[in-house]
Amino acid sequence: MRSFNQICAIALNTYRETVRDKVLYNLVFFALLMISSAYVLGKISVYQEIKIIKDLGLASISIFGMVIAIFIGIGLVSKEIDKRTLYSLLPKPISRTQFLLGKYFGLCLTLAVNVTVMTLGVYLLLFLMGESFEPSLLKAVFLIYVKLVVLIAVALLFSSFTSSLLAGLFTLFVYVAGFFSKDLKNFESVVEGGILPHLTEVLYYVLPNFENFDIKALVVAGQPVPITQIAWMSLYAMVYIMLLLIATTWIFEKRDLE
Amino acid sequence: MIALETEKLTKDYVTGTFFKKRQTALDELSLKVEEGEIFGLIGPNGAGKTTTLKLLMGLIFPTSGSAKILGKPIGDQSMKGRIGYLPEHPYFYDYLTGRELLVYYGQLFGLNRVERATCADALLAQVGMAAVGDMPLHKYSKGMTQRIGIAQALINSPDLVFFDEPMSGLDPIGRREMTLLIQGLRDQGVTVFFSSHILPDVELLCDRVAILNQGKVVKSGRLREILDVSIHAIEVVVEDIDDAAESQLMAVATSMRRTGSRCRLECADARKFDEVLQIIHSHRIRLISVLPVKQTLEDHFVQEVVGSESMQHEKF
Repeated sequence: MRSFNQICAIALNTYRETVRDKVLYNLVFFALLMISSAYVLGKISVYQEIKIIKDLGLASISIFGMVIAIFIGIGLVSKEIDKRTLYSLLPKPISRTQFLLGKYFGLCLTLAVNVTVMTLGVYLLLFLMGESFEPSLLKAVFLIYVKLVVLIAVALLFSSFTSSLLAGLFTLFVYVAGFFSKDLKNFESVVEGGILPHLTEVLYYVLPNFENFDIKALVVAGQPVPITQIAWMSLYAMVYIMLLLIATTWIFEKRDLE
Repeated sequence: MIALETEKLTKDYVTGTFFKKRQTALDELSLKVEEGEIFGLIGPNGAGKTTTLKLLMGLIFPTSGSAKILGKPIGDQSMKGRIGYLPEHPYFYDYLTGRELLVYYGQLFGLNRVERATCADALLAQVGMAAVGDMPLHKYSKGMTQRIGIAQALINSPDLVFFDEPMSGLDPIGRREMTLLIQGLRDQGVTVFFSSHILPDVELLCDRVAILNQGKVVKSGRLREILDVSIHAIEVVVEDIDDAAESQLMAVATSMRRTGSRCRLECADARKFDEVLQIIHSHRIRLISVLPVKQTLEDHFVQEVVGSESMQHEKF
């Protein structure tokens, strides 16, 4: 129980750090501005305004969520080392694993609040346009959030052993490559022989498949998204996050904090 | 009871990208600190003091050797609940206020809401920060950060505290308060282990010291055992002396220096001192002070460090 309380304390402190950071407010402001701009775009597109608001709204949540996850995620550990705040924290009765979990859940909490604010922005805009509450959008928002918490775990992994700059580049690479997961699998049909098809196959299994989390188009088009698909994606994300956190802990537990 | 024990604690660093080179930051450090004593770790820059403290705090891992703190190995959670640590040049979460920092750290020690608030208030008052406890840490001066660092090290009422350069960044008043605080901790039965460059403070506070140079302990023990307590010379300060008296005194004293109307001279032994007194009487010179000259920790430190370095050079 005490161990859980300690993780909560670190998570809440991480949350407090992010909400007191002006950069976060700027990002949320721009996200809301982009969502609002959908209203203007909707006005000039005949009979398409609702679709544009939904499209642009969900895209804004995804993009700005990604920016927050990467920008803050890559500094979760490296910033603590660079600023030497870790030196006074780790001698307290907490383990390095508790520290990592606290940092991870703290940023997940921040993103949950931000995604909620942005989602409320989209719904407010739809309400102003005379649309009734559409719960199917929440399915897309939920999977965007699940995708973002996977991304935080990726950022945390890189943050645990390299600088913020490199961690940012690596995480961005994983994010982009995660959208081309299927192409990586099909690579062997394009290139014959050699080590490259094997390498891309390994990458296909190692990298997270972010494309499957993207159900924006289906939701906006009003097509049904079975709840089992969402459940499977959530399970996949949970397993992936657990593996990433185990790897992060394994690396960080051995690291000298100079 | 032993509060801290290290056994051949060693830390090597590998440097260089292509041509790897092994550098020893700490070389087989073995020392024991008794419960309730103040132990000082002194040494020049790069001697291995901070490396020692980082090893003990589990921030870095030893290449070989071991250490026990309060009878438990490094990193033991129950042991960590009984110690406090002030890092060198501390830096804390600058988005928090001093009070929030103490409350946050109190949470990590499992203190409840009331205990955290009470402890934070008491510690802020103890380190003279009660008035600025609700100010964000990014507005704190170096001395204020050092004080809040000391407060956070005491949040759990520790049995053993580690201070890395506790006097760093403090003004003379702050240093005096820190001295009193450390003495107060000892009076409460708390063991204090600290590293410092400020040798008069170490001499004033410590029961025992270890002198570290180039990663090795060159001397350790009780101060009175380490320092030569015999009187080396007698220092005499006089005022308003004439030229005739000055020339007579110069002939007797081993050294003499004039500062304004005052003159400071050193006599090698009691016989020379008697001769100096006779000259003072005969010339009716005003005597200001007479002090025995003993070896200070600083003298010993310089002697040991320079000595060990010259031995190193001879080896090469």
